[in-house]
Amino acid sequence: MAGITDNGKEHQHTITALVQNHPGVLARVAGLFARRGFNIESLAVSVTENPEVSRMTIVARGDDRVLEQITKQLNKLIEVIRVVDYVEHSAVERELALIKVNAEPKDRSEILQLAEVFRGRVIDVGEKTFLIELTGGPDKIDAFARLMAPYGIREMARTGVIAMARGTKTA
Amino acid sequence: MAKMSGAQILLECLRQEGVEFIFGYPGGAVLPIYDALYDYRDIKHILVRHEQGAAHMADGYARATGKVGVCLVTSGPGATNLVTGIATAQMDSIPIVALTGQVRTTNIGKDAFQETDAIGISMPITKHNYLLKRTEDIPRVIAEAFYIARSGRPGPVLVDIPLDVSLGKIEWDPSSYQKDPDIPSYRPTYKGHEMQIRKAAQAIKEAKRPVLYVGGGAVQSGAQAEVTELSERTNILVTTTLMGKGAIDENHPNSLGMLGMHGTAYANHAVHNCDLLIAVGARFDDRVTGKLDQFAKYAKVIHIDIDPAEIGKVVHCDIPIVGDVKTVLRELLKYVEPRPATEWNRQIMEWKRKFPLIYPKDGQMHAEYVIDEIWRVTEGNAIVTTGVGQHQMWAAQYYKVKRPRQFITSGGLGTMGFGMPAAIGVQLAFPNETVVCIDGDGSFQMTVQELMTAVVYELPIIVAIINNRSLGMVRQWQELFWSERYSEVDLQASPDFVKLAEAYGAIGMRVTRPEDVEPALREAMSQRKKPVIIDFVVPTEENVYPMIPSGQSIEQMMLRKDLEQLRASVDTDGEQWSFAEQEEILKQFVEQPVRQ
Ligand SMILES: Cc1cc2nc3c(=O)[nH]c(=O)nc-3n(C[C@H](O)[C@H](O)[C@H](O)COP(=O)(O)OP(=O)(O)OC[C@H]3O[C@@H](n4cnc5c(N)ncnc54)[C@H](O)[C@@H]3O)c2cc1C
Ligand SMILES: Cc1ncc(C[n+]2csc(CCOP(=O)(O)OP(=O)(O)O)c2C)c(N)n1
Ligand SMILES: [Mg+2]
Repeated sequence: MAGITDNGKEHQHTITALVQNHPGVLARVAGLFARRGFNIESLAVSVTENPEVSRMTIVARGDDRVLEQITKQLNKLIEVIRVVDYVEHSAVERELALIKVNAEPKDRSEILQLAEVFRGRVIDVGEKTFLIELTGGPDKIDAFARLMAPYGIREMARTGVIAMARGTKTA
Repeated sequence: MAKMSGAQILLECLRQEGVEFIFGYPGGAVLPIYDALYDYRDIKHILVRHEQGAAHMADGYARATGKVGVCLVTSGPGATNLVTGIATAQMDSIPIVALTGQVRTTNIGKDAFQETDAIGISMPITKHNYLLKRTEDIPRVIAEAFYIARSGRPGPVLVDIPLDVSLGKIEWDPSSYQKDPDIPSYRPTYKGHEMQIRKAAQAIKEAKRPVLYVGGGAVQSGAQAEVTELSERTNILVTTTLMGKGAIDENHPNSLGMLGMHGTAYANHAVHNCDLLIAVGARFDDRVTGKLDQFAKYAKVIHIDIDPAEIGKVVHCDIPIVGDVKTVLRELLKYVEPRPATEWNRQIMEWKRKFPLIYPKDGQMHAEYVIDEIWRVTEGNAIVTTGVGQHQMWAAQYYKVKRPRQFITSGGLGTMGFGMPAAIGVQLAFPNETVVCIDGDGSFQMTVQELMTAVVYELPIIVAIINNRSLGMVRQWQELFWSERYSEVDLQASPDFVKLAEAYGAIGMRVTRPEDVEPALREAMSQRKKPVIIDFVVPTEENVYPMIPSGQSIEQMMLRKDLEQLRASVDTDGEQWSFAEQEEILKQFVEQPVRQ
């Protein structure tokens, strides 16, 4: 039946767009999201194995109708070559975080232990701080950040998610 | 191989694209191009009076011909003056190529004189845009620009050309120009999926109360023959959007006229009650659907559109078919079986009888009467352009067009001031046709300076100003929904349009009595060298009906208060409208339903 298609239930999807590596293409994608009121959780851009192609990985939130529109509207951009929506679990998702956390002498070994459990690496040791590097899915990084919060996170930077399908499938 | 400047290369590319006219206005950043134009006789440059006019003319030309319209302006204010025109074309999916001058590449980003970010500004209102960086890129970019503008879902493309790029000289062989280049990341779908088409045919077979809802995509696709054949073979009646006018001859008994906010009551009743809505190149605009959860709520939806993003954007779709209307309908016609007219057709005819489009013939010169007369006197053959407002809606209701590209109006953006410049583009494309701009007194004044352009190029456009001395459409909303608090809609203070016409060197006329409408029109049509402005002085306090208030459903449809009375009066004298004829035709379809 006609009527509204929107059932209102929100999901989060990771979407990869292969785009021509032209100046301004990021502005086109960002502008599209702003203009159509799509919510971006994160956006990561880099070149690929082909220097003429860039890869944008977008984590977006919305109901089914919105997510379908995001894919279709991205595809409409002339410089977008292909769009893949990694619906849950079919892909590996990774993010890199740098976290500068307070590290008083009494807390140092505890922080080191926690970092080890999460396979984080301390890459700079200051008088009062550790700089920890961590990769993983966003949930893992969220969890680690939560554990670090009591010590005091001074600064955190995250790259945003990049994703790739498992097996031989490519974007 | 001779060296050519970027400007010369550009013009050569335009020539190879078959460009007949450039609508433009010069300035510093495009001086090399204007200099090259000086020697160029293959392309006619039309000097406008404001860049907005150039964009609307290119747009009007494109709508009337189906070809790509071209405009050319300088950087900075030239480019920003195009914005409204480009956005108008974008909203209605019209193919134009806008060429804008730009400061030298070395000055970009330095707030140079007349620098403006034309790419940034036009990104949300174009299908695509290009900043040229090197003279060598001109042929590829121009070829892509034209191809993108006219293919798939058409739309405007802007090409920003820095001064040094058009000045630069390179060796170039014009025979190497490649039209319609392959762009790997851009491959529109024209052919519909066969399985989906079969499903659609099956749905049509099973439907008890089907309706065809046909839009601008059918006009763009040139699918009048296919739409008509589908309708005749299946006896499915056709309603069109404002942009779809002409997708079927509106005099055809199967035409229900326009649907939506100011559509006919019978079209809206048909759509509301249908069990199968066949959307053909239409995009479920909110002026059409009103309240979404009430729109065609009993219907299964077939949606044919060349743009996959349109499918499912607004309403749920049961049978999506991505492809070109004409191509898809041709395929569909292979599977669709003849269907007799049914009780459903009778029901719609009943609505048609009950809720006719009608206006009083009471000695007053009503706007509807003027438009009806324009239709009668031009024998329904004029190419009509409009401004935006009440006159536009009355034109849509009463100027029944016969073919696609005959009704040219700004639907999506609703740009007042579109009508006259658009008419100029149309008349240049079709010098022997009658072109009538049905305009509002407000709309006309938005681009009135283009009257000079029409005079200079000796274009016999007829501008019929439906002068209600008011921003009538806004006045109507204030009357109906804002407690008659008329805020800033009075246009009593306007120039004398007759004198204004004369000041420009056009012909001006004023008509105040119904009996003078026809003679004035005949006089206007008889002369072919000058634009004619006719100031039709109509009453102020009139509303466009039917009206479904914004965001509401057919249950809130407002009809003329005097509908019953008017219907009774014409019923008795019987001359005005009779459905006897239509019923006769319908009966033929019922009795001999098989038409292979
Ligand atoms: C004051 C005012 C009042 C209005 N009131 C009404 C009203 O009462 N009723 C009404 O209908 N409109 C009305 N409009 C116009 C309305 O705003 C929309 O512009 C109009 O309804 C859109 O028409 P459409 O759906 O045919 O889409 P268009 O804008 O014409 O879009 C065409 C669709 O067809 C597709 N398409 C293009 N080419 C092809 C092809 N070759 N093959 C397949 N698909 C193709 C496109 O992707 C697009 O989806 C009004 C406008 C104004 C200014
Ligand atoms: C450029 C622009 N500005 C404002 C509007 C809002 N608007 C829509 S209709 C209308 C009134 C139009 O007046 P007129 O051209 O006289 O037409 P009428 O409704 O009186 O027939 C206005 C102001 C618009 N559509 N376009
Ligand atoms: Mg008016």
